[in-house]
Amino acid sequence: MSDPKDEDAAARKARNGRNIALFVGLLAFVILIFIVTIARLSGNAASTGF
Amino acid sequence: MLKTSAPEFDPAAAAVPARWQDYVQLLKPRVMSLVVFTAVTGLFCANVPLNPVLAATAVLCIAVGAGAAGALNMWFDADIDAVMRRTRGRPVPAGRVQAADAAALGIGLSLASVGLMGLAVNLLAAGLLAFTIFFYAVVYTMWLKRKTPQNIVIGGLAGALPPAVGWAAASGTAPLNAWLLVAIIFFWTPPHFWALSLTMGDDYERAGVPMLPVTAGEAATRRQILIYSLILVPLAIVPAFTGLGGPVYLAVAALGGVGFLALATRLLTRAERAEAKRLFGFSILYLFLLFAALLGEHLFGVRALNL
Repeated sequence: MSDPKDEDAAARKARNGRNIALFVGLLAFVILIFIVTIARLSGNAASTGF
Repeated sequence: MLKTSAPEFDPAAAAVPARWQDYVQLLKPRVMSLVVFTAVTGLFCANVPLNPVLAATAVLCIAVGAGAAGALNMWFDADIDAVMRRTRGRPVPAGRVQAADAAALGIGLSLASVGLMGLAVNLLAAGLLAFTIFFYAVVYTMWLKRKTPQNIVIGGLAGALPPAVGWAAASGTAPLNAWLLVAIIFFWTPPHFWALSLTMGDDYERAGVPMLPVTAGEAATRRQILIYSLILVPLAIVPAFTGLGGPVYLAVAALGGVGFLALATRLLTRAERAEAKRLFGFSILYLFLLFAALLGEHLFGVRALNL
C-alpha cells in the first residue's frame, strides 16, 4: 500500500491542474466571444452604410 | 428501440484522480485533427473571401463539436472499450474519468460549439454540425454499432460531413462539390476501417460488436474492401472534372488510386494481417494527400482543371 499522504498530494495536484485548465478554458471562451462580437459588429456596421 | 442509458459498466479502479489531460483525451484529439483538416479544406474550397476571425471560430467550433461527439462515444461505449486492447486505456474504462462526467462534457461542448457556430457564423453550418454530432453519438454509437455489420458504412457519414460543414461556414451554402468531398470520405471509411478491424484479431467478437469480419468472416470483408475501393478510387478523381481539383489533385488522385487498388487487391489474394495493416496505413496517407492537394491548390490559387 502506498502512503495515504502521497495519494492526497497526487489528488491535490490533479485537482489544481483541472482547476487551472478550466480557468484557462473559460477565459479563452470569454475572450473568443468578445472578439467574435467585435468582428460581427464591424462587419454589420460596414454593411449598413453609416 | 434506442437505449436511453449507457450500458452497465463497472470501472476497475475509480480511485485514480483525473488529470486535465484525461478530459482532453476524451475529445479524441487524433480524430479531431483529421476532422479539422478536412473541414479547413472545405472552408477554402468554397472560394469565398473570409473574415479570418470568423473562419478561425468556425474551425474551432467544428473541432470542439468533433471532440464533444468523441466524449459522448467514450461515455456510451465504455463497456466495449474496456474489453478491446486498442481502447482499454481510454479514460473511462481505465477508471480515471467517471462515465457521467464524460457525458456531461460531451453534451456541454456540443451545445457550446453548435450555439457559437449559429451565432458567430451561420445557421446552415450550425445545423450541419449539430447533425454530424447527433449522427455520430446517437445514430452510430448508440444504435448502429451494436446492431448491424453495416455500422461503419452508415455511421461513416458522420466522419464524412466536416468538409460540408466547413464549406457551409465559409459560404452559407453547401453545393454539389461540397457533397462530393463528403462522398469521397464516405466511401473511404469502409475500406479504411475494415482494414483496421482485420488487424485486431478477435477483439470485436469478444466485445460483442457485429463488425463485418465477425459476422461475415475475413474473406468476405476483404472482398467488401475491394468493392468499396473500386467505388472510391474513380470517385476521388471526379473533382478534377467538376471545377474543384487542379492538376496536382488529379495526379494525386490517379497515382494514389492505383496504389490503393493495388493494396486492396493484394489483401484479397494474400490473407495476411501485415497486408491489412499496410492498406490501413496507406488509406490514411491517401485521404490526407487528396485533401492536402485540394487545400494547397486553393491556397496558392492553382486553377481547377476545365476538363
